[in-house]
Amino acid sequence: MKAIEFQNISKRFANATMNAVNQVNLSIEEGEFITILGSSGCGKTTLLKMINRLYEPDEGRIILFGEDISTVDVVKLRRRIGYVIQQVGLFPHMTVAENIATVPKLLKWEKEKIEERSRELLQLVGLDAEEYRNRYPAQLSGGQQQRVGLARALAINPKIMLLDEPFGAIDAINRMKLQDELLKIHGGLKKTFLFVTHDINEAFKLGNRVIVMNEGKICQFDTPRGIKEHPADEFVASLIESTREQKEFWEELK
Amino acid sequence: MTNYVIKHADKWMKAFAEHIWIVLITLLLSVLLASALTIGAMYVNVLGKILIQIFSVIYSIPSLALFALFIPLTGLGMDTAIIVLVLYNQYLLLRNFITGLNEVDPAILEAATGMGMTKVQILVQVQLPLARKALFTGLRLAVVSTIGIATIAASINAGGLGSILFDGLRTMNVYKIVWGAVLAGGFAIVTNEILQKLEK
Repeated sequence: MKAIEFQNISKRFANATMNAVNQVNLSIEEGEFITILGSSGCGKTTLLKMINRLYEPDEGRIILFGEDISTVDVVKLRRRIGYVIQQVGLFPHMTVAENIATVPKLLKWEKEKIEERSRELLQLVGLDAEEYRNRYPAQLSGGQQQRVGLARALAINPKIMLLDEPFGAIDAINRMKLQDELLKIHGGLKKTFLFVTHDINEAFKLGNRVIVMNEGKICQFDTPRGIKEHPADEFVASLIESTREQKEFWEELK
Repeated sequence: MTNYVIKHADKWMKAFAEHIWIVLITLLLSVLLASALTIGAMYVNVLGKILIQIFSVIYSIPSLALFALFIPLTGLGMDTAIIVLVLYNQYLLLRNFITGLNEVDPAILEAATGMGMTKVQILVQVQLPLARKALFTGLRLAVVSTIGIATIAASINAGGLGSILFDGLRTMNVYKIVWGAVLAGGFAIVTNEILQKLEK
C-alpha cells in the first residue's frame, strides 16, 4: 500500500525568488525507510514539513494512505505522525516520562496504560526506564535526549515517522549507535520512516531508498546501490565522488 | 511619635485597609485585562507590539496628571484611582508576559506543534510554565508600583495611606507626614522583599 504520495507539489516562501520545493512527484510504500539527502537550502526540510502541515504547499496534493491531507483536521493529522527534530525540543519543565506521555495524555489514555507504554518505549530506545523516567531533560546527554525525543514521537504508535536531521548534533560515535538502533526500531515496527540528512553516509546507510534533492527538485529517487551505479545527473555524481575522495583521504593516512 | 500610632490606631488602620483593598482590586483587574490582551497578542503578533507601545506612552504620563485627566470622565474617588492604576500596570504586565511567552525556545514550540498540540494546549502546558519567572516578575513589579502610585491616589479622594500623608502636609503635622511615608514606603518594601523570596 502507498503510504505517502506527493502530486505536483510546489512551495514558495514569501519574498523568495525561487520555489523551495519545485514540482515534486513521488510515491512511498508503507514500511519503507526513505532518506532525503541534500545540502542545506535544497528544500529537503520543507518537503518533510509539508507532510505534517507545518508548511502548506502552494500547489499540488499530498496523499497519506489514500487520504488528501488538506482535508484532514491538522491537529488530528499531526497526532498520527511522529515528528523528531535536530534540536530535540523536549519540554524542559517535564520529566522524561511526562515528555513521553504528552500526546497519550492529550488523547486521555488511562494512567496505567501511559505508564506501561513509556516503560516499553524507553526500553525500545535503549534507556533504562527505572533510571531515566524521572529525570529532567537537562540531566541527560545529547544522545540520551534524542532517544527520549524518539520515544516521545513513537508514543501513540504512528504509522509514519518524520525525522529532520535527528542525529545532526550528536557526536560521531553516538550517532553510529543511534543509526543502528533506529534501523532496528524500524525493522521491528513496520512503520514508514522519512529521514532528512545532509550526510551521504547516513543517507545511504539508513535508507532502503534515497531521495537526492538539489534546488527544490528531486535529482534521483532510487536504492543506494542504484544511485551509486547509475547517478542520474552531475550533482548526484559529484556527491558520490565526494565519498570516494574521503575514502582516498583515509587510505592515504595509513 | 509612638503616641500618634497608638492614639490614632483606628485612623491609620482604616487607611491601611483601604490601601490594601485598592491594591488587591487593581491587581485582580490588571491581571485579568493583561491576560486577555496577552492571549490576543499570542494569536496576532503585531498586536503585542502595538499594545506595549501604547501602554509605554501611558506609563510615561506622571500619575498626578493621569488622575487629573480622568476626573472629568469618572469623577473623584477610588474608582478613578483603580482605573488609572490598572492602566499603569498594563505596561509592566504586558511587557513581561508577552516577552516571557515569546522567549520560549522555538524548537520546543515546533516540537509541540508537530506533535499535534493545539495553540491553547501549547500556551497552557508549555509556554506558561516555561515563562513562569517572567510572569512572576511582571506581577511583582505591578504590585510594588501599585502600592506606590496608590499613595498619590489619595489626592483625588481615593483614601489609603496617602490620605494620612496629604493630611499631614496640609496641616503641617510632622507626625502624620512621617507615619504616612513610613507606612506607605514600608508596605512597598516589605511586599517586594516577600515576593522576591517567593520568586526563588
